[in-house]
Amino acid sequence: MFKIFQYTLFDLLRSRWTLGYLGFYLALTSALAFLSGDTSKVVISLMNVVLILCPLVASMLGAMYYYNSREFIELLLAQPLRRTHIFWGQYFGVALSLSLSVLLGVGIPLAAYGIWASGEIWNFFVLLLDGVLLSFIFSGLAFWIALRHENRIKGFGLAILAWLFFAVIYDGLVLLLLMEFRDYPLEAASICLALCNPIDLSRILILLKLDISALMGYTGAVFRQFLGSHWGMALSLGALLLWLTTPALMVRRIAQRKDF
Amino acid sequence: MIAIRQLSKSFGSLEVLKGIDLIFDKPGCVTAVLGPNGSGKTTLIKALLGLVIPDGGIIEVDRQNVRGQWDYRARISYLPQAARFPENLTVRELIDFVKNIRRGQQSQEERFIRLFDLEPHLDKRLGNLSGGTRQKVNIALALMYDCPLWILDEPTNGLDPLAMVHFRELVQEARAQGKIVLITTHIMSLVEEIANEVVFLLEGKIHFQGTIQALKTQHNQQSVERAIASILSGGASFSANGHSAQVQQLALSM
Repeated sequence: MFKIFQYTLFDLLRSRWTLGYLGFYLALTSALAFLSGDTSKVVISLMNVVLILCPLVASMLGAMYYYNSREFIELLLAQPLRRTHIFWGQYFGVALSLSLSVLLGVGIPLAAYGIWASGEIWNFFVLLLDGVLLSFIFSGLAFWIALRHENRIKGFGLAILAWLFFAVIYDGLVLLLLMEFRDYPLEAASICLALCNPIDLSRILILLKLDISALMGYTGAVFRQFLGSHWGMALSLGALLLWLTTPALMVRRIAQRKDF
Repeated sequence: MIAIRQLSKSFGSLEVLKGIDLIFDKPGCVTAVLGPNGSGKTTLIKALLGLVIPDGGIIEVDRQNVRGQWDYRARISYLPQAARFPENLTVRELIDFVKNIRRGQQSQEERFIRLFDLEPHLDKRLGNLSGGTRQKVNIALALMYDCPLWILDEPTNGLDPLAMVHFRELVQEARAQGKIVLITTHIMSLVEEIANEVVFLLEGKIHFQGTIQALKTQHNQQSVERAIASILSGGASFSANGHSAQVQQLALSM
């Protein structure tokens, strides 16, 4: 698996997409850090970008990479390699190349700005952790969707739809649900609903760390009220790790049965 | 040695392979697997390599049932039909990659780089290569290991005349070395030149299996191309209610 992972990573680190993505984060973080001057505000601004952009780019690139390497996968499958190792190697290669873009694109300008000396260092680490987890989760989901659908337009469309669902539609549905059942106690239900959305979980994780009540929203506030900041963070991080392993296991399951 | 027993495979309601029985055990024998588009030849080859998982039947390579196995592929040189590689890697990196996967096996990449004149392209990105050069890289990658079994799917796609000559020589050499070679192609003159035997698939069943000479004699024809055409048009003669049009269509797609 390591050989496939190594070559996928190497291939992607030289791709225009990955370099463009890295360049975007470098430019955005530099601009925010050097123009704003307030590291706390920079982390919050970056959080909003990371929560939307990481899942979107991971969904697009995950599906695109699978479909573009479809014939190459056939060549790899004819080599003395385990099926699971081929797909996991590719998946981890894609996810890590995206994670490196986030880590370096956000990390280098903030390190140059002097984040180490500020009190925001742990918030900054949680932001980077969010970026990495979302890159892994959504590229895994995209790989899973792409493996299930031979038609690349359908697969690509569904990967983008999954992003749209978790980034936009899901919050609207939760809001409707909370409005509809506002006469009932909804705390436990809202925690469960938040656990089902990795973008919400990432938002809650960083907002609990930042401890900014105004931005938490209903579910974030419930997390803090019922679990406290530390347990709330532990629960959201645990749920995110579950989100991380589920697509990887689904990729394995499909890879073992699929005809190429 | 490859032994296939009662191999069947369906994709949804489409039955592609219908209980195929085949044995490839003659050293130095080049077998052309022929058939019109959709006859099941690519599915048969992919099932052999484990790319397609059969619904039923057994495939054995050197008496080992290959179901769920992967290490037997170290004894197979496979040339896929489409030569698409990661676009950002160079030719040299790709060759190193395959060598890394097959670590422990002796490779002869230098010979193939010289033979197909790939030296000037070694440091070029694969995405920038022409179709013909990519096919040469494809052949070099597939054949640079000394495997006892070769499976070649449409090997001459995009090759220039000189590369075609080299390819024919390589197959003749493999034959002399006692390798078992399976080849699919739509070029009947190539079949006539390099193959000893023919397996003709039609609608998921073996319609003919034997030597080239037997094929010609059986159908009373001078060339393989005409003999194959005769099989297809012969199918039309005993079919009824519009099936002849289907067979005619199959002949056209060859």
